[in-house]
Amino acid sequence: MIGYGEGSGNRVRAIFIQKPEDADRLILDDRCLQNLAVYLPKHEVRALGKPAIVARVPVLRSIQQLVYEQQLKEGDIAVIGVSDDGQVLDFPDLKSVGDFVSKIPLTLTPDEQAALKKLEAMSREERWNFWLEEMSNCIKCYACRASCPMCYCERCTVDCNQPQWISVPAHALGSLEWHIMRAMHLAGRCVNCGDCTRACPVKIPLALLNQRIIADIVDNFGEKAEYALAAFKPDDTEDFIR
Amino acid sequence: MADKKIIRKSSLGELFKKIRSDGKRILAPVDRGGKILFEYVDSPGSIAPDYIQTTLSAKDTLLPRCEEMLRFRTEQKSVYLEESLNRPEPTLIFGVRPCDARSIAVLNAVYLINYTDDIYRQKIDTTTIVGVSCAKCDEYCFCTSVGGSPGDTAGSDMLLTQMDNDIYLAEILTDKGKAIAALAPELFAEGGDVDKNKHCADVPVRFDVKDLSKRLPGVFEDPVWIAQSLRCIGCGTCSYVCPACTCFDIQDETDGNRGVRLRCWDSCGFAQFTLHTSGHNPREVQSQRWRQRIMHKFSYQPDQLDVIGCVGCGRCSRTCPVDMNILQHITDILEVH
Ligand code: SF4
Ligand code: SF4
Ligand code: SF4
Ligand code: SF4
Repeated sequence: MIGYGEGSGNRVRAIFIQKPEDADRLILDDRCLQNLAVYLPKHEVRALGKPAIVARVPVLRSIQQLVYEQQLKEGDIAVIGVSDDGQVLDFPDLKSVGDFVSKIPLTLTPDEQAALKKLEAMSREERWNFWLEEMSNCIKCYACRASCPMCYCERCTVDCNQPQWISVPAHALGSLEWHIMRAMHLAGRCVNCGDCTRACPVKIPLALLNQRIIADIVDNFGEKAEYALAAFKPDDTEDFIR
Repeated sequence: MADKKIIRKSSLGELFKKIRSDGKRILAPVDRGGKILFEYVDSPGSIAPDYIQTTLSAKDTLLPRCEEMLRFRTEQKSVYLEESLNRPEPTLIFGVRPCDARSIAVLNAVYLINYTDDIYRQKIDTTTIVGVSCAKCDEYCFCTSVGGSPGDTAGSDMLLTQMDNDIYLAEILTDKGKAIAALAPELFAEGGDVDKNKHCADVPVRFDVKDLSKRLPGVFEDPVWIAQSLRCIGCGTCSYVCPACTCFDIQDETDGNRGVRLRCWDSCGFAQFTLHTSGHNPREVQSQRWRQRIMHKFSYQPDQLDVIGCVGCGRCSRTCPVDMNILQHITDILEVH
């Protein structure tokens, strides 16, 4: 069972319960924010057997997305859901997880919207400089990628160097290219769990990139947009993808 | 024996001016919205007033996250080397914590001992380290368990210890330190014969590092590594914030027929770190990578280079996104029988 337990200082951490008597170590409170879905594809976690996972709404959303993307299938995991008001949710299967979260639109909080507004109020040049300065701190530790359940590729584009698809070193161009690529690859897939931003050792406000894209998707396709890659229709009027 | 003087905090501005006119740029810890980063400053007024440890270490200056190794040009099938533009600028790093200053010995062991890396050598030659002792520590600090201390002079050219609000003890430790003091001898007064220890943080010794080094080879196959690293997500944060991690990756970047070869930080936490071109990966899973991190620092480096590859700064524990606490892990490893 993958859940949360006490960590060092006032922190909490993911714990992996393997014996019923250890279940007492499980906790759940406001500090328990890590998106535990990141552990589902991990070899050594899988090797322990079929996991049960403690899943708040962002984790449930990640599970739904991983099912869409065929990274999880019925029977792979058991889900112990926790609703936003702290109720334990019983999910007999992964379809019921999807049905449940589909009813909760992915929208931004007023604070998140305000932060985006502030960014949009900047002139183009100010915004460019804002990002250049933030990105200049990026050390390319890839904690943003490693903490994200949607970044499950075993080999990321940025790890290829023969040929280099995007610039690998942590210099201005390299960091900028990395974050543009990452944000685009997460478009429509990011569940806004906030883990990438929390994981970043130099506190780059990565969430702003993903949230901007979420806002655009809501504006253009509505709150309940179907996942684009799963919704391809042969009679689509756009022909660029064919 | 170090030459001990006192210098007033209010005189640091004057000293900084002299250092700048001497042609050195000054890097010092600056508070950027809660993260403490080494940045170029002209006066001590810009320095972060209160912090335990900088977010990134001063390693970024001596061994930058990415730096040019050489330039090249290709013509048909021939490759020509061109002059590298990577020339170090004379730099003084102010406010280096004693643990970080100590980590320079680890960088030296890797980059200077068996093979002299010229790029690194030039950086070391042109860099002066002014350390500042720690008056405060937190639960993640363990310098005293790995041979250091909050007032340790190793690695610094000059070490400052704040005695009261306006007085620093200045220990002038090396020729580079003397050269700094000689820029403004009037600012350094007699009166340095004081006990600095009561102004330094009290960091308890948490484990016996010799015992750890001795025991590690015996626990190589122990399940403890898997238990500890199940939650590790395999990022590079611990290595990149570590002042004593030295691994690098080489990347060529080309534009038309010209290119540069760059040395970039790398981390044993990454799955691709040991991936062979054949597809074989000797460290297939995260527990093996985590084990490598501990073995390298506390077993292989002490054995092969006579240096402990960790200075106990605690950064890896503070910044690890999933709370892998190195001190806790070491204590647990010592309990394996
Ligand atoms: S976690 Fe932060 S520093 Fe690390 S690669 Fe991502 S943005 Fe850069
Ligand atoms: S991009 Fe960040 S916020 Fe979005 S799912 Fe990944 S970790 Fe969560
Ligand atoms: S120990 Fe922490 S910082 Fe290091 S690789 Fe694992 S998750 Fe990343
Ligand atoms: S291993 Fe951790 S505690 Fe030791 S020097 Fe590196 S960052 Fe500091």
